[in-house]
Amino acid sequence: MTRSAVIVGGNRTPFVKAGTSFAAASNSDLLTAALDGLAARFGLAGRRLDEVAGGAVLKHSRDFNLTREAVMGSALDPTTPAVDLQQACATGVETVVYIANKIALGQADVGVGAGVDSASDAPITITEPLRRALLRANRARSLPERLRALATIRPHHLAPVAPQVVEPRTGLSMGEHQAVTTAKWEITRQAQDELALASHRNLAAAWDSGFFGDLVTGYLGVNRDGLLRPDTSLEKLAVLKPAFGGPDGTMTAGNSTPLTDGAAAVLLAEEGWAEANGLPRLARLVDAQVAAVDHTSGDDLLLAPTDAAARLLERQGMALGDFELYELHEAFAATVLATLAKWEKSGLGTIDTDRMNVTGSSLAAGHPFAATGGRIVATLAKLLHARGSGARGLVSVCAAGGQGIVAILEAV
Amino acid sequence: MAGPLERLFYSGPGQALAGKLGLPEPPELRRGRSLPPEPVVATSLAGSTLAADTLALLGVPARPALVDDADEPPTYADRIGCIVVDAAGLRTIGELERLRAVLRPAVRALAGSGRVVMLADAEVDGLEANAVRQALDGINRTVGKELRRGATSNLISVAPGTRASDLVSTFGFLLEGRSAFVDGQAWTVGPASTSGLVTGSPPLADRIVVVTGAARGIGAQIATVAARDGARVVCIDVPAGGEALADLANHLRGTALQLDITAADAGERIAAHVASRYGTDARIHGIVHNAGITRDKLLANTDAGRWAAVLNVNLAAQLRINPVLLDGRDGGLAEEGRIVSIASTSGIAGNRGQANYAASKAGVVGLVRALAPELADRRITVNAVAPGFIETDMTAKIPFVQREVFRRTNSLGQGGRPVDVAETIGYFLDPASAGITGQVIRVCGQNLVGQ
Repeated sequence: MTRSAVIVGGNRTPFVKAGTSFAAASNSDLLTAALDGLAARFGLAGRRLDEVAGGAVLKHSRDFNLTREAVMGSALDPTTPAVDLQQACATGVETVVYIANKIALGQADVGVGAGVDSASDAPITITEPLRRALLRANRARSLPERLRALATIRPHHLAPVAPQVVEPRTGLSMGEHQAVTTAKWEITRQAQDELALASHRNLAAAWDSGFFGDLVTGYLGVNRDGLLRPDTSLEKLAVLKPAFGGPDGTMTAGNSTPLTDGAAAVLLAEEGWAEANGLPRLARLVDAQVAAVDHTSGDDLLLAPTDAAARLLERQGMALGDFELYELHEAFAATVLATLAKWEKSGLGTIDTDRMNVTGSSLAAGHPFAATGGRIVATLAKLLHARGSGARGLVSVCAAGGQGIVAILEAV
Repeated sequence: MAGPLERLFYSGPGQALAGKLGLPEPPELRRGRSLPPEPVVATSLAGSTLAADTLALLGVPARPALVDDADEPPTYADRIGCIVVDAAGLRTIGELERLRAVLRPAVRALAGSGRVVMLADAEVDGLEANAVRQALDGINRTVGKELRRGATSNLISVAPGTRASDLVSTFGFLLEGRSAFVDGQAWTVGPASTSGLVTGSPPLADRIVVVTGAARGIGAQIATVAARDGARVVCIDVPAGGEALADLANHLRGTALQLDITAADAGERIAAHVASRYGTDARIHGIVHNAGITRDKLLANTDAGRWAAVLNVNLAAQLRINPVLLDGRDGGLAEEGRIVSIASTSGIAGNRGQANYAASKAGVVGLVRALAPELADRRITVNAVAPGFIETDMTAKIPFVQREVFRRTNSLGQGGRPVDVAETIGYFLDPASAGITGQVIRVCGQNLVGQ
């Protein structure tokens, strides 16, 4: 008998701009909150799950067991094992795929795929010369040797080093990389602003309709996504100055995602197990594919999902038009538009953009890196389930390092 | 947070002064599932054995009561924890003397948090018998006011055909600490259509209880007590209360449902949640319509918005939800289920600045009384509690002096706790309480206002 992994449901914290309401919360705090809300929604308190997979992109070295520690702090049974995974912004989808694969293989019946990021509580490190001097002093066997090691420290070595979202091999930030792509694919400011506006309008409408009532649990007194601007307009977006791509750039703070804090978790179970245990079955995780491009040689950093989609669709014998809904992570509005353009140019086809990100995406909700995948998967599973058995949806998430992941969901 | 006046009042010198002014420190009430530690005394005034049979079923040994029929009133050697007076069959004014004769020695000997429990006929024929029946009510209310040290008096009327097994849950509730803040009340118990004695340990084991407004305060206590009694609780509150709701649901090993009960499809979503979490065969044993709001203003300043919001949440929502849960769908209310609503002394007595709230809470009383007979053939009971002054975050916001007045204007000289409301609801939810329907029990320490 074939085993299939189904998405039971999800839970996330509201997402808020870094440095605001969740500024004092750590990754561990946020992830624990997301797991607690999930446990409450599905009656998992005190129950042992087969595994919780989680991860964060901005991670302290002390959080080497981030997910396991969050599980221990949550309402789940403390004998629930956990694993940390990390694939930049694809982390949230990868944790879901990891659990789904174990379920399909019979290694697990029920588990959680989760992700979290606090850009507020990002690790601040020390400079390399200071770090090396301290390690050398630690290894020293005599006081003079130790003093000699410490004497190499210069005042400017003492400045703290904040994390940067730059590609190590190019030195370019993600926005700078995307600006190159944006220009190359001739994505207009107007199109980007329109996409951003749609994201805000769709997310606002979803909140107003109560859509997120069983997807989000309030945290620290926040009950809605903090970055959402229901009253934004093309006029307001049009006045923003370029943030990337120089003075003539088309990418602004309005059509790019800001640094965000938040966590998301998705409950998965074997289909029969879910039924036997009285849990909802929203959608199956049909298949997933990860891909990478060589951005150091000029490939578009954030367009790897287009390659992943091509391989996935070929394997499944499906066409790009075979989906009722599409969830394309909005790292930047231009990323989504360039993805659509590349799909079209590469012959994969076009999609009906009215079926894309119908309850908003990262431009409006924000993008706590590793949490975005969980937000998207749980949202899409709920949307597909409402459309009826067999409805299919495609997830696409780009990631640093020229990587990307796509996945297919199908309503149970 | 206590203000300076309140801190002074509760300081050592403040309390000494308060005692002199006739505001003594209120007694600590016996609470929880604990019987009186002192002996229970029982007597029958007109030949009925119902009370004695009920005590026997409960496994509570009872001693005979002393009777004041000589020159000097007799004295109990030790304090007594409870006197149960079976006045069923009492019909004449002359026979009321028997009640006085047993109560006089008993009230003198009653221990702190002691109990006076009187049993009477709910329906009698004849002018004198009806006058006597009502006289018992006046005696009960007066005894409640005269008792000290947290002792209470309550009167249970029994409908024709009521058996001892129908009364077990009521006697258990009244004797135990669960009824700590129920005083001077009178309600009716009838014959349950279930056969024989219903016992479960714990009483709500494996039964699903849904509580609205569960995130905090009284609602959280209701869910907690239901879980203590074995129930699988579904905790419902608006999404804004989600974090506290999740913590509570996890703590109680229940489930959380974020839902605005005024949503048009609230009933459907409750049933769907129950069916999806507990299986399509699962049914709700009890729903507690606890969610409520206040929008206080004098009527002269009350606009349509404040009016509608309170009536919608406190009254209209449950009127919409009940029929959905009663239509036989998966995850709906079970046959022999329980519907419990929250009224208020404000609804019964009226309260300045609360016309909208009083309307909604009096409306609950009307709803309960009308719905109970409709659902009698399905053996579903419908009841309400009417809390008086309960110590909650909401009442903590009342200015200190006003709050202290509210607190003390009842026979127990103190405010009630959320758990007192929750315990009374637990009594309604008990499967053994099948004979109690259409009743409104005040949890007010015998507040001076209202009926």
